[in-house]
Amino acid sequence: MWEAFALAFSLVVGLDPDLYEIIGLSLRVSLVALIIASLIGLPLGALVGFSRFPGRGALIVLMNALMGMPPVVVGLLLYLMISRSGPLGALALLYTPTAMILAQTMLILPIVAALTRQVVEDLYQEYDEQFRSLGVSRLQTVWALLVDARYSLVTVLLAGFGRAIAEVGAVIIVGGNINHFTRVMTTAITLETSKGDLALAVALGLVLLSLSLAVNAAAAVVRGAAMRRAYV
Amino acid sequence: MSSPSRTARAEAEPSEAAPSPATPFQATPSHATEAGATASRPSTSHPAASAPLLPLVTERLTLAINDKALLRGVNLTIDDPGITVIMGPNGAGKSLMLRVLHGLLLPTTGVVTWAGRPPDDDVRHRQAMVFQRPVLLRRSARANLRFAQDVVGERDDARTDALLDAVRLGDRAESPARKLSGGEQQRLSLARALATRPDVLFLDEATASLDPYSTRIIEEIVRETAGRGTKVIFVTHNLHQAERLADDVVFLSRGKVAEHTAASQFFAQPSSSAANAYVTGRLDED
Repeated sequence: MWEAFALAFSLVVGLDPDLYEIIGLSLRVSLVALIIASLIGLPLGALVGFSRFPGRGALIVLMNALMGMPPVVVGLLLYLMISRSGPLGALALLYTPTAMILAQTMLILPIVAALTRQVVEDLYQEYDEQFRSLGVSRLQTVWALLVDARYSLVTVLLAGFGRAIAEVGAVIIVGGNINHFTRVMTTAITLETSKGDLALAVALGLVLLSLSLAVNAAAAVVRGAAMRRAYV
Repeated sequence: MSSPSRTARAEAEPSEAAPSPATPFQATPSHATEAGATASRPSTSHPAASAPLLPLVTERLTLAINDKALLRGVNLTIDDPGITVIMGPNGAGKSLMLRVLHGLLLPTTGVVTWAGRPPDDDVRHRQAMVFQRPVLLRRSARANLRFAQDVVGERDDARTDALLDAVRLGDRAESPARKLSGGEQQRLSLARALATRPDVLFLDEATASLDPYSTRIIEEIVRETAGRGTKVIFVTHNLHQAERLADDVVFLSRGKVAEHTAASQFFAQPSSSAANAYVTGRLDED
């Protein structure tokens, strides 16, 4: 047991190429998924947050429900679409990093959109009358609300990133955990643990934990800075 | 007085011309005038500004919220420039009426017209309002003015600086707007309203909770703004303020116009019993 920790430590500090290849792919896949989910989810959440239209209540319930979608279900849905016989089979995406990015995007888009909606709705209650007085257009309103909620939205994005990088169910189904190609931290931990090769699993687990800590510490710093300027 | 040279300098180097906050207000009686003149140019830069907005006419205006009649048949014609003060006791419907005139609330029945036109987008964009409680963006003071200018599509940095100077916030331009004091926030709200070069400026109890310094700055700028041709409609329940500012007074009582007269006449002898009671401090009996 301690042997595994010692070996894990030497892998991390020894800059083991296999280890860092896996970490690199994990970060790349989850960051790209976060960017795509943000580009769609931030404006979508803001729009739903301040607009009034028929079916809005139902849409919000749906968005909130999708936040809790099990990763394996997302993986399965995407698998059905991109597998050879699926509607998108011709794109040959199965078992590629692109498929993993798609899976994580599907997983965290509802998180980004639903949490953004909540943040923006609270803010808009305050701005509503002033914005109508100024004659702010819908597009300008979306942008202004996203800019003014920026510090709260950092937390939203970190929540999305945390979910993406930590999930295993979706990426293992559509990525396949192929060595040097689609193996990320979580799938590697799953495999190495089942093989009994604990050193790599523990090393990756430590990295994943530290990453999570670092991300949350960053969020706290950002929020503290915002508070001091009365921007929250 | 070195007004001309100061004005010229304010044009060239607005930030350096910022008056010190410690400057005693009484010592610079012409200051608001010059700062205001620097701050504003003729509002004719609006494409459609040549079309007049006055007279503002309301016909049989009613407003009911949750079946409660709050405005009960307001007939009003405002056709003179200058400052119209809307007065009346609490609950008379002053703020609601201002919101209906500005287009924030739709009347239950009746219409508002500006020079015979319904309040379309062009009419709306030529109005601005200062609310009782300032709502500022979570950005710097300067960015708040820029935002308003961007909304009307007229970014003008020199004007932004001049406006900040006019409301004595030249040295706070980069401060987070929501870190400013209550009086500073309201002055910034006024600057933001003016940043859009409105032809009509509404103020809803804008100085109700401010100290005398901020109140005086706001009153001076409001007077300046009206002097340059912007129509000002100012809601207050402060008699002294009304007397200082008003060209004409609309007195509202229980959702109706009790009277609309020239200020001199109003303060000499209000004709309606409701206004008379208010001015003399008696309880309104009717």
